[in-house]
Amino acid sequence: MRFRFDPLIFKQALKEKRVKKLFLFVFVLSLFVIQTAQASTPKDTLVMAFNIDEIISLDPAEILEFASAECAANAYDRMINYNVDNVSEIYPGIAESWETSDDGLTYTFKIRNGVTFASGNRLSADDVVFSLRRVVLLDKSPAFILTQFGFTPENVNKTITKVDDYTVKIIVDKAYAPSFFLYCLTSTAGSVVDKKEVMAHEKDGDLGYGWLKTGYAGSGPYKLRTWKASEIIILDANKNYWGDAPKLKRVIIRHIVGSASQRMLLEKGDIDMARNLTADDLKSLESNKDIKIQKRAKGRIYYLGLNQKNKYLKIPEVRQALKYLIDYKGMEQAFLRGKATLHQAFLPTGFLGALEETPFSLDIEKAKTLLKKVGLENGFSVAMDTRSAEPVNSMALSIQSTFAKAGIKLEIIPGDGKQTLTKYRARRHDIYIGDWGPDYMDPHTNADTFARNPDNSDDAKFKPLAWRNAWNIPEMTRKADAAVLERDTAKRAQMYLDLQREHQMVSPFIVMFQDIEVVAERANVKNFILGPSFDSNFYKYTTK
Amino acid sequence: MSFRPELPTRTRLIKTLKQTVRILVMLATTFLGLLVITFLIGRVVPIDPVLAVVGDKASPQVYENARIAMGLNLPLWKQFLIYIGNVVTGDFGTSVLTANPVIDDILRVFPATFELAVTATVIGIVLGIPLGILSAVKQGSFWDHVIRVIGLFGHSLPIFWLGLMGLMFFYVRLDLLPGPGRVDIFYEGIVTPVTGFLMIDSIVAGEWEIFRNAVYHLILPASLLGYYSMAYLLRMTRSFMIEQLGQEYILTARVKGVKEWKVIWGHALGNCAIPLITVIALSFGTLLEGSVLTETVFAWPGLGLYLTNSLLNADMNAVLGCTIVVGAIFLGVNLFSDFLYKVVDPRAR
Repeated sequence: MRFRFDPLIFKQALKEKRVKKLFLFVFVLSLFVIQTAQASTPKDTLVMAFNIDEIISLDPAEILEFASAECAANAYDRMINYNVDNVSEIYPGIAESWETSDDGLTYTFKIRNGVTFASGNRLSADDVVFSLRRVVLLDKSPAFILTQFGFTPENVNKTITKVDDYTVKIIVDKAYAPSFFLYCLTSTAGSVVDKKEVMAHEKDGDLGYGWLKTGYAGSGPYKLRTWKASEIIILDANKNYWGDAPKLKRVIIRHIVGSASQRMLLEKGDIDMARNLTADDLKSLESNKDIKIQKRAKGRIYYLGLNQKNKYLKIPEVRQALKYLIDYKGMEQAFLRGKATLHQAFLPTGFLGALEETPFSLDIEKAKTLLKKVGLENGFSVAMDTRSAEPVNSMALSIQSTFAKAGIKLEIIPGDGKQTLTKYRARRHDIYIGDWGPDYMDPHTNADTFARNPDNSDDAKFKPLAWRNAWNIPEMTRKADAAVLERDTAKRAQMYLDLQREHQMVSPFIVMFQDIEVVAERANVKNFILGPSFDSNFYKYTTK
Repeated sequence: MSFRPELPTRTRLIKTLKQTVRILVMLATTFLGLLVITFLIGRVVPIDPVLAVVGDKASPQVYENARIAMGLNLPLWKQFLIYIGNVVTGDFGTSVLTANPVIDDILRVFPATFELAVTATVIGIVLGIPLGILSAVKQGSFWDHVIRVIGLFGHSLPIFWLGLMGLMFFYVRLDLLPGPGRVDIFYEGIVTPVTGFLMIDSIVAGEWEIFRNAVYHLILPASLLGYYSMAYLLRMTRSFMIEQLGQEYILTARVKGVKEWKVIWGHALGNCAIPLITVIALSFGTLLEGSVLTETVFAWPGLGLYLTNSLLNADMNAVLGCTIVVGAIFLGVNLFSDFLYKVVDPRAR
């Protein structure tokens, strides 16, 4: 039978309800068919959503931010590393062994034979010496991690030297605690770069800086394939890697700003891992069987800085009172739940000599008594520069409400991160609410900034956090300096404990919380290593 | 047919020349004004541009070196002159944040915005104008009310909210459309950018799967922006049409027995064409600037996101570069709509 299309019949048929329904059904069905099965991520690729807009360079001599440090930790090798589960244990990386001279001034490293860079070039003492000197010569932001040992562009040729093809000798200026120097070498600034590759791209004597900012010259388990700022990083497994081959072929780090978007992608299986979820989003994922949550205390601490140029904040009783006017517990249990833990000393838990005591809690009566003692029972007005981002924003609101209970009127001045920081660095704030992450695993990293201020004048050469808050502390500076030179570990730990106890009581810093890094991952992701710092988050054991 | 007496060829040539010079001078002054203002804004914002380069922890020495390298120690007028000098020779400087030449960055992010803007504008025109006409013709009817409510929503709902709802519904619940991004994340970085337009590049590379995926990813954000553009166009079309339909020539046409569809689509719409072109051009221009909120919600690496990020980091080379691009877009769109006038309207010739 032949079918003849009759428009009239068609028109009539359309009028019937059943036919209409049929059409609707077919239409909806076709929508489902168009979209073939939602693809999950490939088996050999780890896909994560991560806020990476802070990355401005991938040159290890310039990296000092969290996300870029993590990237470098997986793409570059360092001479030595620390055990992420037991920080005091330092294990060999590119260096097989090392020793310290009796006078504590000379360190000798034996470099592993048989390591090749991703480029195929052989790694030798030349590359190590070049990499460390390069950090000093380029003098970018992380240079202080090495230059604090007395290296200068003028003396590096004598202080950091090659003994033979697989031996490196380094001479420091003082007999520091050995762990201090070794920890500094475990940071990103200690990464070993491929001298041949870097120098092939040198331009006008820039030591390859212009190229390596976005390029790659390492020997780590993964090699950099692509980096597009504020967009994406793609790492591929490095076939030349000297250690156990990484389990996954590729790691994709996609810049996704919002927590809601990250959560959505994770729930749908379009990513394997979300790195920047808020406490709210984490909570709603708790019941999801496809997703598990991994946590690790990180070195970052949240604190308030009270400017000593302010006539109220410079009164010791006022500083003390403010420490009793913060609802630490309340915040920890509400919007910081699982994201931060109570901590009140400048050394984060996990560091040598970290002080775990938390003497302050919300105590309005005590605060009022203290304020009355200095005739401020009616309170005063003070402003706080606050960057418009979580969790700092919520903290500010909580602090505002508890300050008010003692009559202190806190004006919150919101701003973008760089804007509030600009003001803080110029000492033009009253109170600054912020966070601070250590740069290496040694206690000196935070003592250096919270408890040292060699010169409090406006045009000082060295401007640590103590300087930013105009806190003049010659005596405490001396104590911090002494702690760096103590070579007995137990004694040194005790010195830091004492320093923190004093600091906790008198300083214009109100340390409130220690950060916890939380990673939400699909249930099939295994062995994503979270270390105590971002430069010890490792991908190479990860499977899925 | 022209009723004007023909001018001698030479006089006409001089006239065209004069007009061209006038346009060029106008362009130059507009750009200069734009640059001066943006430059000054960039210097008065309370953000330290050196901070974006060296970070919070750099030593004062490192900080000072970077400041000098960026030329920030020079007097303001000198900085500006140097900048203008560079721009004239085609050098827009290097972005602090991405370490790339600004021009490369813009060429990289602009296609993403362009793809969105074009699709959204097409959706806006195809739906907005007919709906606007329908609403004007059936003024006061049930359909008019429905359409006006649609228009009102498009005017008042925040776009990020609608974007998140759209994702929640079509991506999370129904599984019909993909999530944020230009393609699924694991497809990213596979196609080497030739033109920057993912649709074209994926075809060039023969990656049909990626092309298909990219089209799917475009649907939601483009429909969303298209909806807003539609809402705007339909309101404008409606009011233009109502005005035209009340004119006497429409009455005359109807009395003469011209078919109703011809009255509406030919006579009335024809006379709305000129203001409509302006409206479309402006809406397209706005879309080309990049929609910051949509680009954030959909993790769409376009111009809006780039510009905002640069601004918040006081990355002035990037901001100025984007300003020039946006300025050029608007001037271009305006010139183009002027040109279209002449095509559509005999009086403008």
